[in-house]
Amino acid sequence: MSGPIIALSGVQKYYGDYHALRDIDLDIAEAEFFSLLGPSGCGKTTLLRTIAGFEEASDGRVTLGGRDMKGVPANKRPTNMVFQSYAIFPHLNVAENVAFGLRKRGLAPAQKDAKVGEALTMVGLDGFGDRAAHALSGGQRQRVALARALILEPKVLLLDEPLSALDKKMREQMQGELRRLQRQVGITFILVTHDQEEALIMSDRIAVMFDGRIAQVAAPQELYRRPGTRQVADFIGVMNFLPAKASVSGAKITADIAGLGHATLGVDQCPGGAASGAVHVGLRPEMVTLLYYVEAASGETAAGTVAEQYYYGDMTFYDVALAGLETPLTVSMKNVVGRPVLERGAPAVISWDPRALVLFSD
Amino acid sequence: MSLRLYAIGYLIFLYLPILLLPLFAFNDSTIIAFPLDGFTFRWFVELWDTPALHDAVRNSIYIAVLTAIFSTLLGICAARAAAKYEFPLKRSIMGLIMVPLVLPEIIVGVSLLVVVVQLLQWELSTWTVVGAHVLICTPFSIAILNGAFQNMDTSLEEAAQDLGETPFSTFRLVTLPLVMPGIISSLLISFTISLDEFIIAFFLTGAEPTMPVYIWGLLRFPQKLPAVMALGTILVVLSILLLMVAEYYRRRGLARAGLKDKGGFL
Repeated sequence: MSGPIIALSGVQKYYGDYHALRDIDLDIAEAEFFSLLGPSGCGKTTLLRTIAGFEEASDGRVTLGGRDMKGVPANKRPTNMVFQSYAIFPHLNVAENVAFGLRKRGLAPAQKDAKVGEALTMVGLDGFGDRAAHALSGGQRQRVALARALILEPKVLLLDEPLSALDKKMREQMQGELRRLQRQVGITFILVTHDQEEALIMSDRIAVMFDGRIAQVAAPQELYRRPGTRQVADFIGVMNFLPAKASVSGAKITADIAGLGHATLGVDQCPGGAASGAVHVGLRPEMVTLLYYVEAASGETAAGTVAEQYYYGDMTFYDVALAGLETPLTVSMKNVVGRPVLERGAPAVISWDPRALVLFSD
Repeated sequence: MSLRLYAIGYLIFLYLPILLLPLFAFNDSTIIAFPLDGFTFRWFVELWDTPALHDAVRNSIYIAVLTAIFSTLLGICAARAAAKYEFPLKRSIMGLIMVPLVLPEIIVGVSLLVVVVQLLQWELSTWTVVGAHVLICTPFSIAILNGAFQNMDTSLEEAAQDLGETPFSTFRLVTLPLVMPGIISSLLISFTISLDEFIIAFFLTGAEPTMPVYIWGLLRFPQKLPAVMALGTILVVLSILLLMVAEYYRRRGLARAGLKDKGGFL
């Protein structure tokens, strides 16, 4: 493979005084499933629209397949988009919608029909060609939008929150199908989403954005286990932040953590860089174990009290108050046979592994 | 029960005068009064034999067609600009465009007469009437088309461009078909407004009167009154037919777009 399919360098976008994209540098590889993740208003959709050609960057360079995209309008770019509202043309039927982009390709009617049939088969809508656009369910509209974009064999498929309008069951099903489709067609997918779970499930790599800036680009596991900043850690899943005092000595960092006591961390546990002095240490709820009679302690232990209990069915979340820690520590436990659910006020011993800790300099 | 009585009374109040039109149009007497005399087609025959009337009707239709086309074209431009672009003073500009909607026509008529005759020193003609009718019909067109353009999801246009269409072909393939019901409504309504507009036409008409101006002229001759009734009857029937056609297309447009029917004319 020669170079990235998409390369952005120093991209800025201003709307009047509003700085929507700040200094975006990003390389996206061929055949990669890439997600832009962030809260609403973070600039992820603006970035996607800049790649699509609906917005022109105020500054910086956008290249697609090695070609500078400056001044190239959306209709001349090798990208296709699936819109949040799906944007199915209401005056055309399913087959006409899917064939829309083929108009300028000068295909014979038979070739065109064959291609439309193939595209509909690919998204599981065999025989839906004659359906009116308004007679489709949300999931079917989504598939039509996918077929309509993929039939043009773009180098990059852009997806703007494509699953946010679907109900939970449908969304989960489509997540799997999108992933399968991406492997099947083997092109780059760029997905915009505010749903961290969705990004983790589907992506090869994720860029987390806040306030028009990219905070971190990483693979799902790395992003979850070793978030670069407290903001990223807070956005992805649940994370306890414990105040700590740290001192760096060589490749080791020793920390005195409120509520947990002393621990030694490696530099790999400081993705944002090692730091001394007042820091925060992050610990995910599932990385802590509440010790019952069935559990054996692994690593360090600490004693406290259950301050609050949240029963989710498959899981129970506990807020455990520890001496020396201001806000209780959140701990999650799987509800398995033989493991009782502790009530509020029950004494609890927790066990944690120092390897699960992440150090944040702020 | 009382509500039903009220509704019936209201309908009588609305439609009784119009029902009188065909009644006297087929009445074999020059005097418009009860009791009725025999049944006749004589007034319709008289209409047929009045060339001056034919000229007036032809003139009116000519003016109404041109007015409908021009005001709808202007309406499309304004509504599209309002829906798609942000520009300074947008709200004030859109508000100002709507003002002729509420200006008394007599004022508009007199001021236009002053402008055309005194300032510009043009001769009054069919074209001055067309110009004035475009002025009063454009706000109606904009109001109708604004609704059509605002209702359209802008991502549909973006999707078309994303699929390789230029801005122009996008307009032709996506925007135009989707706002077509609005365009047809606008054409029909400005056509109707222009066709029966009297005050402005009266001031600005040249040597060839429009139909309302001609009818007004007829009223000086009482023996012509039944013929006017006959003409009125034809117009009412045509109006109802026109409205039904418009409604048919409106419903078909809604069904194709998969929208729920909310009101409408009929």
